[in-house]
Amino acid sequence: MIRQDFHRVDPKRRANLDPRKKQFASSAFKQQDYPHRLNFYDVPPTAEITLEQFEQWAIDRLKILAEIEACSYRNKTAAETATHITPLLQKFLPLSSNTSSSSGSADARLANERQKDHYSHFILRLAFSATEDLRRRFVRAETMLFRFRFQQDDSKEKRAFIESLNLEWEPVGDEEKRKMAEHLVSATPGLRRVDDETWYKVEWERVPELVERRSIFVARGKAYVPGREQLSMIIAEFTARLERALELTSRALPRLDEDDRLTPILNHLSKNFGSADTVYSESEGVVDGAPITAGNIDRLSNHFPLCMRSLHMNLRKNNHLKHFGRLQYTLFLKGIGLSLEECILFWRQSFKGFTDDEFNSRYKYNIRHAYGDVGGDVNRRGRGYLPYSCQKILGDSNTGAGQTHGCPYRHYSVDNLIGLLQSTGVHDKEVLRGVREDVDRTRYHIACNRVFEWAHKSEIKKVKEDGSWNQTDLDTIVHPNTYFKRSYLLKQVGKAPQNA
Amino acid sequence: MPHSMSADGAPSHPNDAEILPDAPNAETTPAEGAGSRVQPNEPAGDKLADLLFDGDDDDEFPSSSAPDAKRAVEASVPAPQPVGVDTDTMLAFYQRLFPFRYLFQWLNHGIIPSPDFGNREFALTLQNDAYLRYQSYATADLFRKDILRMNPSRFEIGPVYNTNPRDRKTLRGGQMKPVSKEMVFDIDLTDYDDIRSCCAKANICEKCWAFVTMAIKVVDAALREDFGFEHILWVYSGRRGAHAWVCDPRARSLPDDRRRAIAGYLDIVRGGSSNGKRVNLKRPLHPHLTRSLDILKHHFAQTTLDDQDTFLSPEQAEHLLSLLPDKTLSDALRRKWESSPGRSSPSKWADIDALAKTGKSSTLNPTTLRDAKQDIVLEYTYPRLDSEVSKKMIHLLKSPFVIHPGTGKICVPIDHRRAEEFNPLTVPTVTELLSEIDSYDAQHPPSHASADHHPEGESSVPNDSDARGSRKLQDYEKTSLKPYVEYFRSFIAALHKEERTGKRERNDETSEAKTECMEF
Repeated sequence: MIRQDFHRVDPKRRANLDPRKKQFASSAFKQQDYPHRLNFYDVPPTAEITLEQFEQWAIDRLKILAEIEACSYRNKTAAETATHITPLLQKFLPLSSNTSSSSGSADARLANERQKDHYSHFILRLAFSATEDLRRRFVRAETMLFRFRFQQDDSKEKRAFIESLNLEWEPVGDEEKRKMAEHLVSATPGLRRVDDETWYKVEWERVPELVERRSIFVARGKAYVPGREQLSMIIAEFTARLERALELTSRALPRLDEDDRLTPILNHLSKNFGSADTVYSESEGVVDGAPITAGNIDRLSNHFPLCMRSLHMNLRKNNHLKHFGRLQYTLFLKGIGLSLEECILFWRQSFKGFTDDEFNSRYKYNIRHAYGDVGGDVNRRGRGYLPYSCQKILGDSNTGAGQTHGCPYRHYSVDNLIGLLQSTGVHDKEVLRGVREDVDRTRYHIACNRVFEWAHKSEIKKVKEDGSWNQTDLDTIVHPNTYFKRSYLLKQVGKAPQNA
Repeated sequence: MPHSMSADGAPSHPNDAEILPDAPNAETTPAEGAGSRVQPNEPAGDKLADLLFDGDDDDEFPSSSAPDAKRAVEASVPAPQPVGVDTDTMLAFYQRLFPFRYLFQWLNHGIIPSPDFGNREFALTLQNDAYLRYQSYATADLFRKDILRMNPSRFEIGPVYNTNPRDRKTLRGGQMKPVSKEMVFDIDLTDYDDIRSCCAKANICEKCWAFVTMAIKVVDAALREDFGFEHILWVYSGRRGAHAWVCDPRARSLPDDRRRAIAGYLDIVRGGSSNGKRVNLKRPLHPHLTRSLDILKHHFAQTTLDDQDTFLSPEQAEHLLSLLPDKTLSDALRRKWESSPGRSSPSKWADIDALAKTGKSSTLNPTTLRDAKQDIVLEYTYPRLDSEVSKKMIHLLKSPFVIHPGTGKICVPIDHRRAEEFNPLTVPTVTELLSEIDSYDAQHPPSHASADHHPEGESSVPNDSDARGSRKLQDYEKTSLKPYVEYFRSFIAALHKEERTGKRERNDETSEAKTECMEF
């Protein structure tokens, strides 16, 4: 703990705070001035604010974070998110650059904006440090907000801000640059000549995303970062510091010896940050009255989205699925309302090459675990895992050799995807062309929805005309179980008149 | 901790004096000698540690019981290829051969018991297939004793936790956190089933082991040259794969997202066999891939084309054609190959260039073809890692030197510098090792055992020769396990050396920082 810690009060200031007198001393911190628009939130606020401000500022920031998170769950692109967020930011949490003030530096209006930004951030830290899950989501949303603002900043202020951070970046000398030229060019996508860039040498651990994408040159543990990747490094630094700070906050939280003014507000705040995972409730995918049994899965698989359908086809072809395929499919089946007994029966019948003993020892436990029938207390109480959303399935970036899980739109090569679609009866040239385009532009969920709309064309038209379904019922599908439910219900609607 | 010298150790007391100085014995290479001779730097610690740990050093105590056990074993498992290893063999192995002391030193990063070992999770698979997680041991002795008591069919090594894993129930949920673990990699030949023609599933031969050899070379080069890791232990997994343990301090403390970054960096073969072209790389190639390609090129010619003759079958040839970028070219090739069934892979591979040169296809771009061929080489030779294993710190991985219960083979370390010489088929099985001890003992009656070993000791370290001459030979030294244990020991010595200099640097830093603080 000897390394300089950002959270330590610097020694000179500490001298005033003799621990024995600490509680009687009036805080000697000076008001912070905010020379930069952006803030790494290293120093906590110390001035007093009213209780109303406390609550209002926190709620305003929370609105922004919730919107940002919602955008990411809807798979919106950066540009779409930006257009969505900008007016909201202007309304709830404005943060202007130095150039926007008449004097060209921080004036009172800017200081107020920045104070609000600063305080609201720290209030939400208190509210969201309690559990691992909240911390993770808070970090994610805050990082996205920071990234968004960073990109908007004008380049001069950006530079001044970066300099104020004192990051340990070692510039690469000309000599070394020339020696490494060939490697640097081939490792960095979209770069023509080495001389165009300034390069920094940092520990590779600080730019994990670049390393993972293999878009950076690493040698002997050092990563050679081109100047324009600064964003990625700053973001990583921001995330890392915030994570560490939240960890500390969570440990300090029980000692927040507080009367009942703040705690209720904080609790209220963290509850309002509705988890997008839990937005999908367990019963949502269940279709009432549908005959969901092990024996029916083959027939029902017509209503499955492509990811599940391809798993089903693979299962029928090989009489086996690998672990993650099983997990994804089991959870989906659980989501459509297949009971545990039926589910075990389904897998038992599907795994033809195995004896009962083999099946029981290797596979049964996992199925029961997914249903929350066994496992730790948390797992049982939460009744197992939730069915995977598209977000989750798409996010699983790495489908290794021989794996069949994931999203076909994303993880298959285009030709295989088209082949797969054709084998499930999608022959319309127009649709296939659309799917190709969507996949090229990495809009996988749009491709999936396109196929859905094509397959249920007449039914959708019908329910729209007779007004029995409104627009929200036909919103973009972002969950495989929604796909099934909607598909099933639409086909019922289509069938109903014939029966009547 | 006098209790560590209990019952088992008791008979060894008279021998202590002889055994102590020998602990780093019989160096085979100068490097090893240098490594192990570092130990006298800490005379006090050394002595203390030896006092504490010679318990597992003296394998003489079972002299009365072990031969019985072994005789029983030989009677019951006469087959050269044992299908399963019975419990008595297993126990004899743990008693006489398993290098507990080195395993302890490896995980402990020193000789004085530290939390690095004490808070380390072990998971035992018992003979009845029960799986016992969250075991931990304070010292090498306790570790050995418990393994002998439980006699597990194998055991796995997990992470070091911030607290003793055995105390996890006394903590509130989520309080126990993994702090460090070696970064691990797992290569398994089953992932190569679609491109190896010689064997399938659990079987292996020398031909398909070549895939593992090249995987070791590629991954090892990347870890060393790109990430700067130095202490990488490769271990044969006992049947059809290999594990890597990256033991550098820096690698051990990597959080999960950094592990994922390395796994992603190394991973280029994606998707199942149904997913078409599985290697799609951007150009220009990343330096890591250029280097890998250089390593793999001749392996492709040797293994894929010659040994495996992968493209012999029409299905595989068709797959190869589907990977080519130009339709006219692949049509021409298909016609040619259909007219001469049984055309060998090297000829087929040469045909691609030959036909491309004739210029039959006007649309074909030479660069595209070259890139596609590079992609193909990588698809057929590039390591297929089970990346899930590497991504999580808490992942358990089978310990080195345990017996693979299916084959009876020992999970021995592989020297990365001589990866090509490693042959999984000649790795000793437990029954072979035990009979080697017997035949050695038969040839060298106990009274002369030491004298026979004299010359070797004398030549390498003359000063120690007296002590060395009279010391008792370890059981593993009588067997073909010896080189493997010695390699392991030299690996540990190098690791300890780094560990010590690292610590000293840290301490220096600390004292400097302290003085700085004092000035205020």
